[in-house]
Amino acid sequence: MMPRLNERNARFWQLVLLAIILVGWHLASRNQQVAFFLGEPIQVAGRIWSWFLPFEVPPNLLFPEGLKGNADIYRHLGTTLLETVLAFGIGTVLGLACGLWLALAPTASLILDPYIKAANSMPRVILAPIFALWFGLGIWSKVALAVTLVFFIVFFNVYQGVREVSPVVLANAKMLGANQRQLLRTVYLPSATSWVFSSLHTSVGLAFVGAVVGEYLGSARGVGYLILQAEGTFDVNTVFAGIVVLTGFALLLDGLVGLIEKRLMKWQPRSGETEKL
Amino acid sequence: MSDYALELLSISCTFHSKDDPGQRYTAVADTTLRVRAGEFVSVVGPTGCGKSTLLNVGAGLLEPSSGTVKVFGQTLAGVNARAGYMFQTEALMPWRSAIDNVMVGLQYRGVPDADARGQAEAWLSRVGLSGFGDRYPHQLSGGMRKRVALAQTLVLDPDIILMDEPFSALDIQTRQLMENEVLELWSAPSEGRRAAPRQELTPSGGGRTVPGGSHGRKAVLFITHDLDEAIAMSDRVVVLSAGPATHPIGEFAIDLARPRDVAEVRTQPRFVELHTQIWEVLRDEVLKGYAQQLRKAA
Repeated sequence: MMPRLNERNARFWQLVLLAIILVGWHLASRNQQVAFFLGEPIQVAGRIWSWFLPFEVPPNLLFPEGLKGNADIYRHLGTTLLETVLAFGIGTVLGLACGLWLALAPTASLILDPYIKAANSMPRVILAPIFALWFGLGIWSKVALAVTLVFFIVFFNVYQGVREVSPVVLANAKMLGANQRQLLRTVYLPSATSWVFSSLHTSVGLAFVGAVVGEYLGSARGVGYLILQAEGTFDVNTVFAGIVVLTGFALLLDGLVGLIEKRLMKWQPRSGETEKL
Repeated sequence: MSDYALELLSISCTFHSKDDPGQRYTAVADTTLRVRAGEFVSVVGPTGCGKSTLLNVGAGLLEPSSGTVKVFGQTLAGVNARAGYMFQTEALMPWRSAIDNVMVGLQYRGVPDADARGQAEAWLSRVGLSGFGDRYPHQLSGGMRKRVALAQTLVLDPDIILMDEPFSALDIQTRQLMENEVLELWSAPSEGRRAAPRQELTPSGGGRTVPGGSHGRKAVLFITHDLDEAIAMSDRVVVLSAGPATHPIGEFAIDLARPRDVAEVRTQPRFVELHTQIWEVLRDEVLKGYAQQLRKAA
C-alpha cells in the first residue's frame, strides 16, 4: 500500500528520490568510461570522509586501498566561508545604506540612475581579474567580487522597499510627531527590512558563488582552489566532492538566514494563520 | 486668543497631473471652515468630493494652493502638531505590537520608555484592549485595530482630532459601539489621565497653557459620508457640494441633548427632522456627484 503524500511523510519520499539518484549514479559508474566523466558516488563519499574526519579506514570491500583520515579541508572551507560571510555582511550593509539613501534622496537617484542600471546589467564576474589585480590573490579579491553580487540584490530590494512604504503609515507617523530621523528608524527601516530578508536568501547563495568563482580564477586556498586542483588532474571524484560540500554549506547558510528571518519577522502574517482574537 | 481651534480660511486645492501639466483638477474651491475649541463638527458630502483633501490641509499634510490654515489663531506651517489624525485605512505600523504602536508617538516626543509604556497601557485599557498589548496588528480584528489607532491618537492628548471616515470599514454593530466610545472619550474631561505634564506633550505649543475648550473637550473635525453618523455625533454638520471645486453649501447646528447614544438618538423626532432638512440639501449633490462619476467612467 502506498502511503498518502503529505507534509509529514514528504521527507521520506524526498529521501527515496535521493536514494534512487545515488543508486542510478552508482550503477552507471560501473562502466569505466562513464565513471571517468561522472565520478563514482562511493569514491566521492570516501573523499568527503578523508576531508572531514581524522579517522583512517583500513582496506575493505568498498575501498580496496583504504581511506586516509586527512581532515584537511577545514583550512580551505574556513577560507571560503570567511569570504562568503564577509561579502554577505559588507554587501548587505552597503546595499542597505545606499538603498535607503537613494530612495530618500530623489536628486541623487535621478542622477545616478543610468549608472546603477549599467552596473547592475554588467556581467560582474568579469570584474574578478581586475579585483585580483587590485586586491591580490588573498581573500579580499574574492570578497570584493562577491560583494558586487550581493550589493545589487540588497540595494534594489531596499530601494523598492522604501518606495513602497504605505503612505498612510508614513502620514500617520508624521502626525504623531516623527522627525526625519525617527521616520527613518521607525518606518522606512522596518518596512525595508521585510524586503531585505526576501533578498537575503538569494544573496547568501550569490555570496558563495562570488567567493568560489574568485578562488577558481586564482587563489592558494579555498574550496574553489581544491576543485581547480582536482580538475587539473582529471580527478572528477574530488570535483564532485567539492560540489557536494559547497551545496551542503550553502543550504546551511540559507537555513541560518531563514532562522533569523523567522525571529525578526514574527509580525508578518503567515498565510493560513487564523486571526487570534 | 482665538475662539477657534482650527480655521480653514478660503482654502483652494488644485491638483495637476504629472504627465500632463495642462490637465488640472480643482478639488476644493474657496472653502472656509471653522471649528471652535471643544466643538464636534462633521463634514458630509458625496463620495469623491474632496472631504479628505480638506482634512489633510487641516492636518498640514497637504499645502493648499491658496488660503491659510490657522490653529488656535496661529498660521499653520508644516504638520499640525496640535492635531491627532485618525485615518480611514490601516495606519498602524504592522511591525510594532499594539502597545508599541500606542507608545510610538510618546517616544517621538522623547518621553522615557517606562513612562510611555505606562501611559500606553492605560490607554489600551481605556479602549478596552488591556491584555492585547503584545499582539501585532494582523492578529487583531478590524474593530480592535481601530481601537488601537484611537488610543495611539489620544495618548498624545491632542487639542484637535481629525477623523477621516474612521469607521467606514467596520460592520454596523462594531461601528455604533465605536461611535459611542468616541463620544464618551470626547466628552470625558481630559484631566486626571495625563501622566506627563502638557508641556512635554505639545512641544510646538511652546508650553503655553491653552484652553482646550469650555468643557476641557477636544475639537473634532469628523469627515463622513454617512449622514446618520454625522448627526448622531456632532454639534454642527457642514454639507459640502459635489466635486470638482467643492465648497460648503449648508451648515446645520445639531441641538440634540448630550450625552447621546448613537443608536437611540436616531429614533428622536428632532433627529428625523434634522435628517430630513440636511438630506434635502445633500440629495441633489449626491445625485450630481454620482452623475459625474458615471461621466468620468464613460
